[in-house]
Amino acid sequence: MKRFIAKRLGYACVSLALLSLTIFLFVRLTGDPAILLVEPGASKADLEQIRTQLGLDRPIWVQYGTFVSSLVRGDFGQSFYYRTPVLELYLSRLPNSLLLAGAAMTFSLLIGIPTGIIAAVRVNQWWDSAGKIFALLGLSLPSFWVGLVMILFFSVYLGWLPSSGSGTALHLVMPAFALGWYFAAAHMRLTRSSMLEVLGSEYVKLARIKGLPEALVIGKHAFKNALIPVLTLAGINLVIMVNVAVVVETVFAWPGIGRLLFEGISFRDFPVVQATVLLGGTMIVFVNLLVDVLYAVIDPRIRYDR
Amino acid sequence: MSTTEAELQGSRAGELTGTSRIGALRASGFPYIAISILVVLALVAIFANVVTPFDPEVGNLVDRFKPPAWQTGGRIENLLGTDHLGRDVLARLIFGARVSMMVGITAVLVAGVLGTTLGILSGYLGGWVDQVIMRVTDTWLALPALTFAIFLAAIRGPGVWNIVIILAAIYWTRYARVIRGEVLSLKERDFVRLAIVAGCSKRTIMRKHILPNVLNSAIVLGTLMLGVVIVTEAALSFLGVGVPPPLPAWGLMLADGKKGLMAGYWWLTVLPGVCIMLMVLSANLLGDWLRVKLDPQLRAL
Repeated sequence: MKRFIAKRLGYACVSLALLSLTIFLFVRLTGDPAILLVEPGASKADLEQIRTQLGLDRPIWVQYGTFVSSLVRGDFGQSFYYRTPVLELYLSRLPNSLLLAGAAMTFSLLIGIPTGIIAAVRVNQWWDSAGKIFALLGLSLPSFWVGLVMILFFSVYLGWLPSSGSGTALHLVMPAFALGWYFAAAHMRLTRSSMLEVLGSEYVKLARIKGLPEALVIGKHAFKNALIPVLTLAGINLVIMVNVAVVVETVFAWPGIGRLLFEGISFRDFPVVQATVLLGGTMIVFVNLLVDVLYAVIDPRIRYDR
Repeated sequence: MSTTEAELQGSRAGELTGTSRIGALRASGFPYIAISILVVLALVAIFANVVTPFDPEVGNLVDRFKPPAWQTGGRIENLLGTDHLGRDVLARLIFGARVSMMVGITAVLVAGVLGTTLGILSGYLGGWVDQVIMRVTDTWLALPALTFAIFLAAIRGPGVWNIVIILAAIYWTRYARVIRGEVLSLKERDFVRLAIVAGCSKRTIMRKHILPNVLNSAIVLGTLMLGVVIVTEAALSFLGVGVPPPLPAWGLMLADGKKGLMAGYWWLTVLPGVCIMLMVLSANLLGDWLRVKLDPQLRAL
């Protein structure tokens, strides 16, 4: 077990190193990084100063060393627009992003799990086809368009919900729905296939042979086991939600990380953009590590498999 | 699993006995609607200049925010109304189809060629080549796609070709992953071993024996990716880092539509979205069907 965790930890470190290297190289190879990292309209002297500060005249691996060591110290640079360290900005927006992602996740599970179970129990019937259409629509509709149409309907025509901003629970309804919509479809698909697999297993057959009522078979025996992969995916998706919310947050002016990224592009605030992609990637690497380790704890077979 | 294998055997048996692939394709469940939509959109995109008399980039400021023809205040010339600069919405939708299809298809092709090549190299050569390519693939997969795209767009600046490059740079990893997996099992098969015995070079084996056998998967994956790529392009354009204005792109139209959203000018928001949805939905339906027909191994995806 310890060896397994150490190995996974090693992989995660390699991933992080490659991640920073990728970002680093992209910034260097596509032109003069000084132009990206200096404020628009800066003087020649400022440009020279950033060049010496970044050590752009030194060999590239020395530059990479400087880059990584500042990242490890939590120094992601200074925002041109807000004049504060980028990491501080990021952390101040993170709670909002997590709140939105949490609400969207709750919504997507409330929709996705019941519909997935119904589709699996009534496989190839009317319900199942309706579910398939729902899943296809969910995966095909761009979330920001769903958001815009909702604003049109619920804010402009009906006047029920606020169109943008944050603060009250009402502000959360539409962004959470727009963001959760796609994931509801994904969770439904997985619940369905996972349920189908469990329903075909020996212990469910046994439960039926014992003469248990069907509701108990599905509710107690099948459902609990089918839920494991769904909840795993939900855990990963929560982190992904934080990182794909940029369009939804822009539509609803929700003050999360996505909105910060959008401001970063609009104000040509490159350090913010760079930090968002680095921290987003880091989050995903860590969640993958966590899932791997948790799986190994739950299921000993995995430890010997790989 | 056993059904998949059985079907796989079946499809291979079909190939051996010479049953034509087209015949298999015509079997039940042909997605007529999806194909029709895609064909219509493609025709409209190709003949955009003929279909509409309006210039999608030039408007008349006097005719701003005209509603569609059937609403009061609408005119028959601007069938689907005009936008905040008085440009004809229908014309922009039609030319937008051209931009979306061009960007989408080119990006899928570039990503496909790159990803398939790297996948074959990685799977067949193995060793350190495999290690390097797969480590890079894993890292790129860990980057959140949209954020990564925005980051690249911030570096490269706006432009249609930049978008194609960015989309290809993000999505080649999906091909590399799947194709490598296929190659790993293919290279243990007898026809590859025979080719080695016959003295074929690695290059020849990869080109003549491996490539034709992974092409099906690449095509299926490409069709499924088309939807994802088009939505990503729309999102980037919507955020202002995609197709640069005043070019007509559906994502840009949605961004412009926000200007009339609070006034209730629904046609500026609803119509471009419907176009995106139709295209993505059709591509997904076609891809799902191709997956079942051409490549049973991908069904679990």
